[in-house]
Amino acid sequence: MSDYLLEMHHITKAFPGVKALTDVSFKVARGEIHCLIGENGAGKSTLMKVLSGVYPHGTYMGDIVFDGAVQSFGKIGDSVRAGIAIIYQELALFPDLTVYENIFAGNEVRRGAVVDWNRTIVEAKRMLRKVKLNVHPDALVKDLGVGKQQLVEIAKALSKDVKLLILDEPTAALNENDSENLLALLRELKEQGITCIMISHKLKEVISIADKATVLRDGRTICTLDAAKGEIVESVIIKHMVGREIEDIYPKRANKTFGEPILEVRDWSAYDAQSGRHVAKNVNLQVRKGEIVGIAGLMGSGRTELALSLFGTPRSYRLRGEMRLNGAPVAFKHTSDAIGAGIAYVTEDRKGDGLFLIQDIKSNVTAANLRGISARGVINDNEEVKVANAYKDSLYVKAPSVEQIVGNLSGGNQQKVSLGKWLFVGPKLLILDEPTRGIDVGAKFEIYTIMNQLIAQGMSIIMISSELGEVLGMSDRVYVMAEGRIKGELQAVEADQEKIMQLATQ
Amino acid sequence: MNFFKEAKSLVKVNIREYGMYIALFVIMLTFSILTDGLFMSSRNISNLLDATGYTAVLAVGMTLVIVIRHIDLSVGFAAGFMGAIAAILLTQGGVPVYLTIPIILVLGVVAGMFNGVLVASIGIPSFVASLAGMLIFRGALLRVTEKTGTINIKDEHFNAIGNGFIPSLADVGGLNLSSLILGVVVIALYIYFEVSKRRNKLNYQFEVVSGRIFALKLVFVSVIVAYITWIIAGYNGFSWTVIIMLAVVIVYHFLTTKTVLGRHIYAVGSNPEAAHLSGINVKKITYFVFGSMGMLAALSGILFTARLQSATTTAGTLFELDAIAAAYVGGVSSAGGVGKVTGSIIGAIVMASLTSGMNLLGVGISYQYMIRGGVLAAAVIFDVLTRKKRG
Repeated sequence: MSDYLLEMHHITKAFPGVKALTDVSFKVARGEIHCLIGENGAGKSTLMKVLSGVYPHGTYMGDIVFDGAVQSFGKIGDSVRAGIAIIYQELALFPDLTVYENIFAGNEVRRGAVVDWNRTIVEAKRMLRKVKLNVHPDALVKDLGVGKQQLVEIAKALSKDVKLLILDEPTAALNENDSENLLALLRELKEQGITCIMISHKLKEVISIADKATVLRDGRTICTLDAAKGEIVESVIIKHMVGREIEDIYPKRANKTFGEPILEVRDWSAYDAQSGRHVAKNVNLQVRKGEIVGIAGLMGSGRTELALSLFGTPRSYRLRGEMRLNGAPVAFKHTSDAIGAGIAYVTEDRKGDGLFLIQDIKSNVTAANLRGISARGVINDNEEVKVANAYKDSLYVKAPSVEQIVGNLSGGNQQKVSLGKWLFVGPKLLILDEPTRGIDVGAKFEIYTIMNQLIAQGMSIIMISSELGEVLGMSDRVYVMAEGRIKGELQAVEADQEKIMQLATQ
Repeated sequence: MNFFKEAKSLVKVNIREYGMYIALFVIMLTFSILTDGLFMSSRNISNLLDATGYTAVLAVGMTLVIVIRHIDLSVGFAAGFMGAIAAILLTQGGVPVYLTIPIILVLGVVAGMFNGVLVASIGIPSFVASLAGMLIFRGALLRVTEKTGTINIKDEHFNAIGNGFIPSLADVGGLNLSSLILGVVVIALYIYFEVSKRRNKLNYQFEVVSGRIFALKLVFVSVIVAYITWIIAGYNGFSWTVIIMLAVVIVYHFLTTKTVLGRHIYAVGSNPEAAHLSGINVKKITYFVFGSMGMLAALSGILFTARLQSATTTAGTLFELDAIAAAYVGGVSSAGGVGKVTGSIIGAIVMASLTSGMNLLGVGISYQYMIRGGVLAAAVIFDVLTRKKRG
């Protein structure tokens, strides 16, 4: 038998237009804890989806050797039967079912055609003891904290005789105590012979737990580090994570003079009653006129939530702190108040909550400012077409006409329509959330150029971005967020990828 | 561009919009042939339109409700109950007609808003909230008509809403003069609006269809209006029901296509999250749409009660399903954000034409239901297929 439980050879996976993985090779020895590290979009999740059969055999190139045999998983069920269990960041539990029902969901203990509930409960208790979770199997999952839910997930995986346990950012939503417990459990499972792959953004955890760590960057394996050789230390990991050359696709701005502060936020906290935690905590920030302020951080660091809390979306947030616009304190009850005060928020999820996909370009462009094309509540159709055409031209939207349905446009053009909608409002402060996610380089350059034009016209911009190149290339100042807090503020001249990554992974 | 080429491409782009009109035309033509022209007789068309009235106004309101991804099952018995209240006010209360109607309409708005609050503020699924409303209104209708049974209405002005016709000034060769004048006025207004719309577009230097196509369209629509007017003038002329129905359609068509409020309704329907982030108050829009539905339910109740000249214990039974069917036949999408008021009216007329035509042919009631069900399914299938092709 080979020393390696899992070997992935030369995996290449392409999506239409993007190569997500290029010739990735990756080996996991029996009984080790192997961490997978990389920036957002480096290909970690795609690699795990290839392994688990979410992307079935045949849709990628390369071989998977698991437990000594070449595998061709056609669906998730195949990898589960082989002994691979994945626990995603978004837990896949049924909140309204009990702990024991959850542990054996899809893997019921049967006696003939019916479920043997008594044995299920006995087995569930055994699994719960294994993961050291002291709850009654009758408890409903929704009544447990996130940390305990995670343990239920692990118990579920163990109940299927798992050989390889994969955890995707298991501690992202956990507090420090729960994180510690989880790591301790992983060490213990390792003693029992369970091999584990953990994807994590928190380098401290990686350093404390990993036997080996593989760094992915831009869909390629960069290196595998070995703890036994003393290679798993922060500086080495960060160097490999960000070692990419930054292409110079960022148009320069000639005039860099900043005016008065337009937005000041002091001691700003947003408590989300739904998830029961602070999505933003004691945030202080300032944006001056004519400035592009970058907010860097990894996914889930609270950047979007902070922006939404400033934009007057109540959702279930309880807000505390002070927000000043042009020196005057403001409090928004509804997004319309924020828009009226001169703030615009271009969402990160243009398809989900940015655009009206079934409507045409002109209706989307004017949706947030119908007053601008109407008199006494009646819309002037011709004026609307004129306005939409103007934005179509100035934002380089490629479409035959403004009557084109937005859902049929490419990502880059959709993003420009989304931007056009907010420019028509005439904001003083534009919040861009991941402005270039999922769009090609040409469209990116166009959006950067537009940003510079807007600044020249006297606007201020907050740019939230996971792309370090973009943050460094466009911002005048950078705030780095992690766990809902601002972990640091860097001037453009002093910022570099290592510094930002160091703050973001604290 | 070549004349025929242009006409062809226009039809191709707008096939979904024209599909319903073509379907209506085919249905009418088929029944005319099968009944030796009896179907298109003045008397039958006049009756058909009058019988559509109370469903059509419900379908208009239901269109907006479905556009914002909700449903209202309570409107049928709401209409029945409001009609009964109108009857009580007129007979036992001695309230004059010109007060009764506004009172009932306001009552309808209040009832509709109550649904709106349940749905938008408390977050109850509209199916359940309006199902509860349906039961409550049904009970309420029985309660108020329990002692008296059917309430007969003697007020002539009120009954005229459901049975009366606009007064004829004179008879011109067996045709109703005032109806003819009305038809001419409608044609004149139509041509005036189309021409000024075209002129405005030209002022903005936008592309417009060629002059020949434009002229053809004006002539085509004018001829159709003239033909309908001629048919209707041949019986008793335009009925008050048809006039009210037309008024509702015109107001709602304007509201949905030309106003900021209309845009907000469609924005909420196509993506509520995006609408919220665009500064649109989703709750207020929901209140408005349910309020308008309530008002139209009350209007429907008035039309139906006036038509029967009495309030009955079973008034309103299954109206809501007829309205929903009409809206779907008219091209509304349950995924939200899609659907036109004019489409729903055509949908209502299509369903009424089927009933009327099959009655003339003596088709058994059992087959009638099955055929109407088939047409509803076919309309939605057509809609889904054409949407897929374009999406």
